[in-house]
Amino acid sequence: MRIVALGAAVLGIVAGALGSFAVLRRQSLIGDAMSHAALPGIAAGYLFTASKEPIVLLAGAVVAGWVGTFVVGAIVRTTRVKYDAALGIVLSVFFGIGLVLLTLIQRRPDASQAGLDRFLFGQAAALLERDVVTMAVLGAVVLGVTFALWKELKLLTFDPDYAATLGFRVRGLDALLTGLLVVAIAVGLQAVGVVLMAAMVVAPASAARQWTDRLGLMVVLAAAFGAFAGAAGAVVSSEAERLPTGPTIVLCAGAVVALSFLLAPRRGLVARFLRERRGRRRLRVDAVLADLYELGRRHESFEHAHSATVLEAARGEGASVRGTLAELERRGWARQEEGDWTLTDVGRAEAENRRAARERVL
Amino acid sequence: MSEPQLEIQALAAVVAVACALPGVFLVLRRLALISDAISHAILLGIVVAFFAVKDLTSPVLVFGAALTGLLTVVLVELLERTRLVREDAAIGLVFPVLFSIGVILIAHYADDVHLDVDAVLLGELAFSPFERVIVGDWDLGPKGLWVMGTVLALNIAFIVAFYKELKLVSFDAGLAVALGFSPAVVHYGLMSMVSVTAVGAFDAVGSILVVALMIAPPATAYLLTDRLGLMLVLSAAVGVASAIAGYWFAHWLDVSIAGSMAAATGFCFALAWLFAPERGLVALARRRRRQRWEFAQTMLAIHLLNHEGSPEAAEESRVEHLTEHLGWEPQFANRVVRGAERRGLVTPAAGRLVLTGRGRGVAQEAFVN
Repeated sequence: MRIVALGAAVLGIVAGALGSFAVLRRQSLIGDAMSHAALPGIAAGYLFTASKEPIVLLAGAVVAGWVGTFVVGAIVRTTRVKYDAALGIVLSVFFGIGLVLLTLIQRRPDASQAGLDRFLFGQAAALLERDVVTMAVLGAVVLGVTFALWKELKLLTFDPDYAATLGFRVRGLDALLTGLLVVAIAVGLQAVGVVLMAAMVVAPASAARQWTDRLGLMVVLAAAFGAFAGAAGAVVSSEAERLPTGPTIVLCAGAVVALSFLLAPRRGLVARFLRERRGRRRLRVDAVLADLYELGRRHESFEHAHSATVLEAARGEGASVRGTLAELERRGWARQEEGDWTLTDVGRAEAENRRAARERVL
Repeated sequence: MSEPQLEIQALAAVVAVACALPGVFLVLRRLALISDAISHAILLGIVVAFFAVKDLTSPVLVFGAALTGLLTVVLVELLERTRLVREDAAIGLVFPVLFSIGVILIAHYADDVHLDVDAVLLGELAFSPFERVIVGDWDLGPKGLWVMGTVLALNIAFIVAFYKELKLVSFDAGLAVALGFSPAVVHYGLMSMVSVTAVGAFDAVGSILVVALMIAPPATAYLLTDRLGLMLVLSAAVGVASAIAGYWFAHWLDVSIAGSMAAATGFCFALAWLFAPERGLVALARRRRRQRWEFAQTMLAIHLLNHEGSPEAAEESRVEHLTEHLGWEPQFANRVVRGAERRGLVTPAAGRLVLTGRGRGVAQEAFVN
């Protein structure tokens, strides 16, 4: 149980951190393509070595995933087929080849294919201690390289053209970053499987993106979200009956994303809604205050009270000013006399101030 | 060839054509990965619809589940519209979540749902002849064939009816709006077509193969032609060829039919990538090489024209001199001269080269350009 949660957390950390770069470079779906493309590598690794050592299968996955990305790049460079279609071709064709190899292995009398099957849908529950150790070591290497080349990768992510003019080898860096992502994905395949690995690349990074505009913080947050989703998913699925681990982890990650989209300060939907409502209210207060002032000026007396209906007519069809008038009264800018409204002295001064400010701007 | 074998191939071919047709528009409109999202997300729809009708090949299930496909598209667009994430990330967020819910539902109600995730993802074409449509005493063939035949007919009908609109929206969405067409209607029409096709096909071939059949044959055709009509026909043909070849390859090695069909579509794409008449890598390399020789021959003609009639003409027009003056290797120079002679640009005369009328024309034209 602890092993499983630990393994899932490692996967979340590595995928979340590297996923940040993929999401920022608008290559979110490369994770999907790579994880599918890794399947023939895993099968071939087994076919050639007849060993189910995690490191052999992982190596196969990395090589195949990397070849897949290389093919995507080659298709885009040398034909008029676009990125999305190239990704789709590599994803489905590599996966198809993987299936062919898997069924080939299944038929061999000397081996059960159990253990390879789990790469399809993932089987976190079957993680052994040595699997987790392998994952952790590879993950540490990936994170170490990322940290060592931090400045270069950051530049590549945000302004590859500028990086090229500075003399960085952009193609090489690109291949390296791709390689790191492939390793990150291969690390997670065993736990969540090829289909759902895409989510572990995209979800933590998309969630982290909402909380910050700084790459460093984003990577750290994405790693934390990934670790949380992995561990929480593993724990929940082991507590409940018949709750497969991979999908549960993905749903946990999805929940983190949903919460981030809603609650993140500034970018979040709730913050945006409140900001917009505040803005609308400010505009309404402004307008009604100006209307009352204008009515007073026309009547050459600020003592005269006006009905809400008049103010509503001034605001246009279907407008309601009662809430706004109540707000003005609360602020002490207007008062009510037998159902009609007039500005207080403070309100008049405020209206004059705002008028002057508006005229200065104009 | 036994009858079940024939039926399997017929079904595979029908699925291939049904997928390739909407796939053409996905590839042209850069929406290829929507097919990946839809074909995974429909798992949820299939599970839910299955609770209702208890029959995997029921038309009700096909249309009910196809709604999940549309739901996926709508969710992706809503997410994108919040401007919190870009389109690629939105796709990558929506479909794994829907797919996960589907997987969890299946695992949870495993006793009620005779459906497993493997089957949805990978399909099992080999079992398709067992479920048959029987009316009275008549055996009308495999049920899957009827379902996919209907889907194919719907796809063809949609494309024929809206050919002009689809063409316009695919190549110039801005113009389509300006002319008063609604891209939204065409878009959702296309997405419905993709969803219905994906649901109809998953039972036979699984969702990953749906992606392969929707994207690879149209991309192959895209390398072979510039005409939309021809591209549709070629995509269908490539799809059918991949389906049949994939079936026999799988039969021969006794491996997954769906996987080997997907591999076959990749093989077709690779062939087109290498050997397409105008855009293939081989054609590109040959054109580049031909241009290199033609350029050298033009250089030779210009060189001769430059010195024609001048005192040093006799010296300059010797073949050996070219190596000094133009910096050419002797071997290269000889090949250029031979090529130029073949094209009738120069004629040899007593160890010297004389420009022909045609050669003079080529040199002058090169100068003007």
